Amino acid sequence: MIRIPYVRIRRPHRLAAEASAVLIALVVAFPLYWMVLSAFKPAGEVQSLHPKPWTLHPSLDSFRRVFWQEDFGRYFLNSLLVAGAVVVLSALAAFLAATAVTRFRFRFRTTVLIMFLVAQMVPVEALTIPLFFLMRDLGDAVPGVGLNTLGSLILVHLAFSLPFAVWMLRGFVRAVPESLEEAAMIDGASRARFLWQVLFPLVLPGLAATSIFSFISTWNDFLFAKSFIISATENSTLPMALLVFFKPDQNDWGGIMAGSTVMTLPVLVFFVLVQRRLVSGLAGAVKG
Amino acid sequence: MARDLDVRSDVSSLPRPVPRPRKPVKGNRTGAGRWTPWLYLAPALILLGGLLVYPIYQLGLISFLRYTQAQVSGGQPTAFVGLDNYDALFKDPQFWQVLLTTLLFAGACVVCTLAVGSALAVLLTKVRALPRLLLMFAALGAWATPAVTGSTVWVFLFDSDYGPVDKTLVWLGLTGFQDYSWTYGRYSAFALVLMEIVWCSFPFVMVTLYAGIRAIPAEVLEAAALDGASAWRTWRSVMAPMLRPILLVVTIQSVIWDFKVFGQIYVMTSGGGIAGQNLVLNVYAYQKAFASSEYGLGSAIGVVMLLILLTVTLGYLRLLRRQGEEL
Repeated sequence: MIRIPYVRIRRPHRLAAEASAVLIALVVAFPLYWMVLSAFKPAGEVQSLHPKPWTLHPSLDSFRRVFWQEDFGRYFLNSLLVAGAVVVLSALAAFLAATAVTRFRFRFRTTVLIMFLVAQMVPVEALTIPLFFLMRDLGDAVPGVGLNTLGSLILVHLAFSLPFAVWMLRGFVRAVPESLEEAAMIDGASRARFLWQVLFPLVLPGLAATSIFSFISTWNDFLFAKSFIISATENSTLPMALLVFFKPDQNDWGGIMAGSTVMTLPVLVFFVLVQRRLVSGLAGAVKG
Repeated sequence: MARDLDVRSDVSSLPRPVPRPRKPVKGNRTGAGRWTPWLYLAPALILLGGLLVYPIYQLGLISFLRYTQAQVSGGQPTAFVGLDNYDALFKDPQFWQVLLTTLLFAGACVVCTLAVGSALAVLLTKVRALPRLLLMFAALGAWATPAVTGSTVWVFLFDSDYGPVDKTLVWLGLTGFQDYSWTYGRYSAFALVLMEIVWCSFPFVMVTLYAGIRAIPAEVLEAAALDGASAWRTWRSVMAPMLRPILLVVTIQSVIWDFKVFGQIYVMTSGGGIAGQNLVLNVYAYQKAFASSEYGLGSAIGVVMLLILLTVTLGYLRLLRRQGEEL
């Protein structure tokens, strides 16, 4: 008796909620739709005073221009190389550090943890100037990591993504039961063996969630790519290459949108691949 | 995906973390074990020491030096000038204006992001799987979009000649938007950047809060509904208090992200807007250091930024501690 009016009142509410959810989804997705659409529009339709939300003549002209004239493929590989190296190296270093702070009790453990938390909050952008000089000096001593090299970008992003990765992985490492470690020890496994053959595979899903943050922050980086890669344009990454299409009063919007599409796609794919881990990872990090 | 995003079990202890029992002392089982944790920590600590701690020290040091193009090229020796850089900075009316602008702009971004993110998180709990899936995917797309490409797309959407937004507004009868340039005026340019920032940062808030709301026991929300509480009232009196720890985290993260925004302003307003009208602290420091070669001055701005965010972080840590969070 109580339920019937309840449902009757609720239904229009829910329909209104669902209608607005769909509408908002469309609005949120529209910029991405417009980006891809404009990338495939022929030149005349992109720079048209009467833009249409569809195209009847999709063309690859903009992509051809981007890849052949501006050597976007090279910048794409550069970006991929930097982000890939950062993901792998930071995952390894963060895994070891997270294991240390969750599975051991030692002096200064809390201090180290708080240090990671504070480090995560450091506005690394404020460090552009000292890092610029550090890379300049480092480049004289160690080839491959100085200014104008991809190594310099790998190195700084490795450091930037570590604190958050450690903080997030903590939850995943802690979730592996202690008894497993004891069982491995009883079976005579060495600590290294337990670490890489038991713990590492179990924490791998967590590493996937963590890696998306390292990947995105590195892939998206604009400030450091702009400050460090000064003269060696062959070592530019995508964000810098994209800005080449911005010309005073004569922006090549087709090219910009094609380049933007190329740059956004890998992140989207990566996101879809790890999205199921993402939320639980976030929740784990929030839970602390 | 709806199932994938179900994290009920993961966050069930969220509102009040239960202190977990102390683990047995480990690492002392064998003599060599004492150093094992430090061995594991070594790669991370070395990297952070070299690329985070040392640069912070350097930043402070450079801010006390006269450091311009002449010193970089070795033409002149670096000279210790004490607080001269800070003195010049604090006497510069533009610095105070940029600082104020940054605070207001970041504040507006945080408020809008949190409002949109939490409203949509609540909305997600009220709809069936399909609309929820659609909104989730759209939000993930916005979230994944790099700052630079997001900026280029939004500038194009609002372009005065070829953008669809102005045309639509005119079509709706708002003829004032005929060939309206959003990046020309100071406030319209900031509004444009704000919209882009909210667009790409609300998904983090929405997804995290949605996970948190799912973790609230259903009986609590049912009781609120039976008592006839409105959506707003349920949020204010039931959800928000229970989600406090999560709300705190997303707020602090948003404050930190929005305070140091660089890419969006740099790309959308071409490096800080006409005559620097859209400068924020981070872009200002970059322009001072790398465009004007005033590295000492730029470092002083960096120090100011660092101190402001450090204050925020310390406040956050204190709050965490007060909530009895175990590290």
